[in-house]
Amino acid sequence: MRALARAITLVERRDPGVRELEEALRTGAKSPGVAGFTGAPGTGKSTLVDAVIAFLRNQGSSVAVLATDPNSPFTGGAILGDRIRMQRHALDGKVFIRSMGARGHLGGLSLATREAIRLLGAFGFDQVILETVGVGQSELEVAAVADTTVVVLTPNLGDSVQMIKAGILEIADVFAVNKSDIDGHARVVAELRTMMNMAPKTPWRPPIVPTIATRGDEEDAGLAERLLRDGTPYRTAEEILDRTDN
Amino acid sequence: MKVRARDPKQVWQEEFEASPSRDDGLETSTISGIPLQPLYTTADVPRREEELPGRYPYTRGIHPSGYRGRLWTMRQFSGFATAAETNRRYKYLLANGQTGLSVAFDMPTLMGQDSDAPTSRGEVGHCGVAIDSLADMETLFDGIPLGEITTSMTINSPAAILLCMYIAVAEKQGVPPSQLGGTLQNDILKEFIAQKEFIFPPSPSMRLVVDSIEYCAREVPKWNTISISGYHIREAGSTAAQELAFTLADGMAYVDACLERGMHIDDFASRLSFFFDAHIDFFEEIAKFRAARRIWARWMRERYGAQLERSWKLRFHTQTAGVSLTAQQPELNIARTAVEALAAVLGGTQSLHTNAMDEVLALPTDRAARIALRTQQLLAYETGVANTIDPLGGSYFVESLTDEMERQAEAYFKRIEEIGGVIPAIEAGFFQKEIADAAFRYQKELEQKRRIVVGVNDFTVDDEEPIEILRIDPRLESEQAGRVSEVRRKRDGARCTNALNRLRKAAAGTDNLMPYILDAVRAYATEGEIMQAMIEVFGTYTETAVV
Amino acid sequence: MAKVAAKPVRIVVAKVGLDGHDRGVKVVARALRDAGYEVIYTGLRQTPEMVVDAALQEDAQVIGLSIHSGAHMTLFPAVVDELKRRDATDIVVFGGGIIPDDDIAALKKRGVAEIFTPGTPLQEIVDWLRKRFPEQTRKP
Repeated sequence: MRALARAITLVERRDPGVRELEEALRTGAKSPGVAGFTGAPGTGKSTLVDAVIAFLRNQGSSVAVLATDPNSPFTGGAILGDRIRMQRHALDGKVFIRSMGARGHLGGLSLATREAIRLLGAFGFDQVILETVGVGQSELEVAAVADTTVVVLTPNLGDSVQMIKAGILEIADVFAVNKSDIDGHARVVAELRTMMNMAPKTPWRPPIVPTIATRGDEEDAGLAERLLRDGTPYRTAEEILDRTDN
Repeated sequence: MKVRARDPKQVWQEEFEASPSRDDGLETSTISGIPLQPLYTTADVPRREEELPGRYPYTRGIHPSGYRGRLWTMRQFSGFATAAETNRRYKYLLANGQTGLSVAFDMPTLMGQDSDAPTSRGEVGHCGVAIDSLADMETLFDGIPLGEITTSMTINSPAAILLCMYIAVAEKQGVPPSQLGGTLQNDILKEFIAQKEFIFPPSPSMRLVVDSIEYCAREVPKWNTISISGYHIREAGSTAAQELAFTLADGMAYVDACLERGMHIDDFASRLSFFFDAHIDFFEEIAKFRAARRIWARWMRERYGAQLERSWKLRFHTQTAGVSLTAQQPELNIARTAVEALAAVLGGTQSLHTNAMDEVLALPTDRAARIALRTQQLLAYETGVANTIDPLGGSYFVESLTDEMERQAEAYFKRIEEIGGVIPAIEAGFFQKEIADAAFRYQKELEQKRRIVVGVNDFTVDDEEPIEILRIDPRLESEQAGRVSEVRRKRDGARCTNALNRLRKAAAGTDNLMPYILDAVRAYATEGEIMQAMIEVFGTYTETAVV
Repeated sequence: MAKVAAKPVRIVVAKVGLDGHDRGVKVVARALRDAGYEVIYTGLRQTPEMVVDAALQEDAQVIGLSIHSGAHMTLFPAVVDELKRRDATDIVVFGGGIIPDDDIAALKKRGVAEIFTPGTPLQEIVDWLRKRFPEQTRKP
């Protein structure tokens, strides 16, 4: 595990030594399935990710999480706090969680994310979950990297319209409307439907999944299953079904 | 030649500005950052109907007679090590004229864990007494007639279990629940906001709180079912206005939850009590206490339509600020505590705990604990401050600051409502962020020496004399773990399992859980086992990281 | 925009023990961020095993522990021991909290690099880290 952790550090630092390592690992490496979670702060992305980890572990998959947070543009420092929500998996050897600073890179992920995914594949992880910075703007990169992109919205933050403006509508394979037990939930769903009806027709119409995180394991699993199955993008439906049935 | 009379305030203003001022760079705002004028006059106080003690909105106190009728209760919080040792301390206190007990539990008990749980290692008996089952509670109150004293229990997530243990001990003494008096902290919202001793997610946690309020309204009518606490919010680094606003908002959330259950406001409102911090910024604290009473009375009468006067009155306990104490030159803590206690008294508190000077280091020694109590006695009997009701009422400054506190609190209520209420605001990390921001701002001010803490960032000494501290014998942990396994061995296993199964089933439904918990307690189920049964149904909570 | 450090020191900051008093740990986390460090905050009630696991996965060079429950003599050495067990003694451990002088000396003997008590200026913690990791600290 430490070798993997160190390799990711080298990738983050853009250390030239990492090339050799990658070459060495390339043989026999498989490419893991990648699900991405994006949404504004406070929408509960980490809690949903936590639920999805539980679900995938139940399926027998090994899971790695790459959670990105912003660095201060002034000092370069960062507080990376996404792990905290996933602590129940802390001592599970088949779960690897890595917090990454965006280190000035825009787009919601670290510049090292793609390479880190390759490394995780080389180290045998079946599934990788990405969590974006979550400032709610121009976080479109995740769609290019992930097989399935889940956009997380909540009723009470007034963020939905902002997200839609920022182009989030186009990248979603599935919408999770989290905290669906509180007022305003129906309004967000209605707004989303309207927006989708106005948008140009695409072969894939993202489903809208109401979610309530922190409801105990059983419901978490059901929720994760709906996110991943219902949210299967048209183009990779079979792949994802294969993957979750492992 | 005749000079036209000038506005005397204008003259003063000019003279003030022309005078030299200190250039020490120190903040002149309150410790919470409220800007202060150098002088307050009639112009700073709005015209309002005369406020009087014992009359709505109770800004000047809830009793018409103030401390002339009755002094505040000196209630010192104690508990350490084992039930047997704490029982000896309680008997000593009662023999010396104390009529109320206040139980401090250790961390495993507060977190609903048994002493032999792996995560209890190193924690048993450290911050209070270790209670694992009814057997420990029987030892704790052995020979103490529960019908004749009142007991305050500082516990939250597992509050219902400890209350049931208390009821069960009383049963064995032949004391009916209707005769029991005391206070349960039972304030889970401030745990999510500040002290972080939560276990279940917010909504089942609230259900347990409402269950206990509802049960006690019927069965234990003299019990104060909840002590809605700003203390921990303040100790976590909040400002005075945040402490005030968040605490009262929590109070309203409990009221809403009880109303939702179908209870009538006047049936439970007078059993809600409050618990505030008395920090070092003297006038700000007094203003906070006065504002708290006025705001609560107005909300209870105007918004909730409470009819009974007793439902409008905010009663509160105060503890001096642990966070203001310093490990450096700890004797100074006696002076700090005295000033804070005076603020609590001038603010009209109903009861008071004064911290011991060594509390910042460890559990208080006997000597430090005695000085702390003597400080209150000194205020009550030497200084004369108890002779006049609300002596600072009418002070331009204090009245103006009281209004400012009220204004800031109302602004927070609005923001909390916009987020959707207290629980959504907790889940969004709103309170946590506000508190962390305030704590960080204060720390920065200290580092920049814009504020001084004597002995810490100025007036320091090089050679601090170590002070004597109380240590807990490390053998205690294994002994207590031995006791809990003995309880498990000796009890009627089938009866215990059945009671836990019934509790689990009830938790999945909507029944009031108190009778089920009481049955499990009577069957000597341990605290950890009872919590575990509920965790299986309710799940646990992890907070959003707000740094 | 200031240049972001290419090699920021990564610090896992954790609350061990059962208490939830996180004012101090949060203030320190912010100060370290402002000093250019990447702080991985793992939250409350971490067991020694969880802390070490996080430090390894996060490839942190430093672990910062906070405690206010009085269990420091049990839990701080347990973190050091767990690092030994996982063959990761290069990770530096420091701690903070209400810790009497006698205990500080004992903890240092057990392998805790430094202890900061309440009232310590934040700058002192930052200066200490800068001295420990000069080569990886951001140039101003």
